[in-house]
Amino acid sequence: MGKHLFLGDEAIAQAAIDAGLSGVYAYPGTPSTEITEYIQNSATAGERGIHSRWSVNEKTALEAALGMSYAGKRALCCMKHVGLNVAADCFMNAAMSGIHGGLIILTADDPSMHSSQNEQDNRVLGNFAMIPILEPSSQQEAYDMTYEGFGLSEKLGYPILMRITTRMAHSRAGVETRPPREQNPLHFPEDGKQRFILLPALARKRFKALLAAQDSFIRESETSLYNTYFDAPDKTLGILTTGIAFNYLSENYPGGFQHPVLKICQYPLPRKQIERLAGDCGAILVLEEGYPVVEEQLKGFLGRGISIHGRLDGTLRREGELTPDSVGKALGKDVNSYYSVPEIVVQRPPALCTGCGHRDVYEALNEVINTYQGAKVFSDIGCYTLGALPPFRAIDSCIDMGASITMAKGAADAGAFPAVCVIGDSTFTHSGMTGLLDCVNEQTPVTIIISDNETTGMTGGQDSAGTGRLEAICEGIGVAPGHIRVMIPLKKNYEEMKRIIREEIEYKGVSVLIPRRECIQTLKRKHPAKK
Amino acid sequence: MKTDIILSGVGGQGILSIAAVIGEAALKEGLYMKQSEVHGMSQRGGDVQSHLRLSDHPIASDLIPRGQADLIISLEPMESLRYLPYLKKEGWVVTNAQAYVNIPDYPGMESIRAELDKLIRKVVLDVENLAKEAGSARAANIVMLGAATPFLGIEYTRIEEGIRTVFRRKGEEVVALNLKALRAGFGAARQLTDGNQ
Ligand SMILES: Cc1ncc(C[n+]2csc(CCOP(=O)(O)OP(=O)(O)O)c2C)c(N)n1
Repeated sequence: MGKHLFLGDEAIAQAAIDAGLSGVYAYPGTPSTEITEYIQNSATAGERGIHSRWSVNEKTALEAALGMSYAGKRALCCMKHVGLNVAADCFMNAAMSGIHGGLIILTADDPSMHSSQNEQDNRVLGNFAMIPILEPSSQQEAYDMTYEGFGLSEKLGYPILMRITTRMAHSRAGVETRPPREQNPLHFPEDGKQRFILLPALARKRFKALLAAQDSFIRESETSLYNTYFDAPDKTLGILTTGIAFNYLSENYPGGFQHPVLKICQYPLPRKQIERLAGDCGAILVLEEGYPVVEEQLKGFLGRGISIHGRLDGTLRREGELTPDSVGKALGKDVNSYYSVPEIVVQRPPALCTGCGHRDVYEALNEVINTYQGAKVFSDIGCYTLGALPPFRAIDSCIDMGASITMAKGAADAGAFPAVCVIGDSTFTHSGMTGLLDCVNEQTPVTIIISDNETTGMTGGQDSAGTGRLEAICEGIGVAPGHIRVMIPLKKNYEEMKRIIREEIEYKGVSVLIPRRECIQTLKRKHPAKK
Repeated sequence: MKTDIILSGVGGQGILSIAAVIGEAALKEGLYMKQSEVHGMSQRGGDVQSHLRLSDHPIASDLIPRGQADLIISLEPMESLRYLPYLKKEGWVVTNAQAYVNIPDYPGMESIRAELDKLIRKVVLDVENLAKEAGSARAANIVMLGAATPFLGIEYTRIEEGIRTVFRRKGEEVVALNLKALRAGFGAARQLTDGNQ
């Protein structure tokens, strides 16, 4: 107990430990990674035997977390926003079965796409699954909500979706912690067979139960301490904030609010408070981080007769994260910048590290590929995606984890040649293996390069699930051993690398090339003296 | 008391260690603090920034509004210019003079120098050289912190305490080295700004 300087991510991790967590299940992804890392590094978590090893992907993570909950214990499952797409099947159906031990599913959304392919707002998925959502406005709330959230989940019998965004995940502030609680004992649900076997006849009952539970979820929101009404004199406008938008609003009113404010951090929307705001005020401004989720709901909720402003009517930009400035502007305030950015300042995009093996892979690959007309290189998500930028400009796609292999397959099916793909080792085990089996089953002519740096590099060097076993995995899936070819991506090996790449492109079947050299960042960490 | 600081640099230069030391010092001082940092993609040699807010009153926003920063601390000269719209008219820019060139179109040093010259209040120091002279070549970021210390609104000795806390795990030698680096930066900035505050 006491006051600590915590990132939002760390506050959530410590709160989960203190709340009697038995296991965290996760696959790395910015900005959620530090939650699991904190638990992995926590001495208390170690002593308490809390499970914290990385899962292969978000789907396996959520299923394991649900299994732990089934066994009566408290589980946390963390992912970046796009991870919930991968876990969506389990996510939607866990809302049907409900839970036993408290289950919090944490999604870290990334509006403005600081490190992501999209800025999807997972409150939409939370509403889709019809489960309660928590969205803290401060690091302290992140701690408190997590600490209490497992109990809330157990009380309601459903998983809780906790949604944070980049600025909450990666901002530090003082946090007061609470006394630790014991873990739940192993105990199975008495009505387990009624709830967890979603055969149609039983699933229909479960869906009715989920619909009926909505009232209890709304009541929780209406009585939640995290949903607060602040009255104020000027009722021409009422302001509704969600999550951290409240902070940006407060920043603009250091002397206190002029208009009534409804701060919402727990969903489903608290009807009573919303009706009060709509009854009191002539118009409503909605400030929310992400999609206009509440704004759209209000339109349906309140019908006509009150004007609603937000991202849909252009009061705020439709895309991008909120800032104190964008919120100020929506309130009619001026932003006073004295200086502007001098014209000489240029972009400084991220780049592959000097000495990184992915560089050598692209150097060699480009030389071969340039000799083929119409060659396409389908790539994937990881450090090697930076091969899209100069000087390499080596890849043609990056969509979602695993899509390189399957897109190369589809393109090859369509007649594209050569259809090459570049995927990282962690991405391969995350979602590439199943696509490889598709290729093997049809002997599709694709050349798959698993650029193996023996770590999950992009997110900071976490363990990679298949390290040391990639050849065996590919062989097990059915790739001919003679077409699984390992090489060491170094300048001195370019001629050999180029020869192998060309041979395998010319082979009319599935080949897997594995250029393998350890990530220089993890290498440096192991031998700091060699810097 | 309220100090809003933008920290900037290139991924890997160590702005987060500067933030950590100031954060510890602020905590010891009993101040409120919020510090938003960059992780992920841009740490791979891209531009990085951190918003650090200190106050004796509770702080609302994790981000500093434009035109309100009291101070920009930058480990790279072009990066110090990128965040100028956040700076108050009378705010200070404390920056490293040495460019970190990892892009082909990095502007000429004279043009950067000219832009820095236009600023009203600035401290421009070659912290890498100062760090070498102080015998702590790897602590250029802490030299920078030393140079910025006069503008933080926190006592020098508190910052020293912050260094002890942050680097304690790495051993006495590392602590001593960083304390030396801090002093080198502090002294150099003092010389430049005497009578100019
Ligand atoms: C579904 C999903 N989960 C997580 C991420 C975050 N993420 C992007 S790249 C990456 C790691 C890739 O590791 P690897 O394939 O080994 O390539 P490396 O970065 O090491 O080159 C992760 C975890 C994501 N973009 N999408």
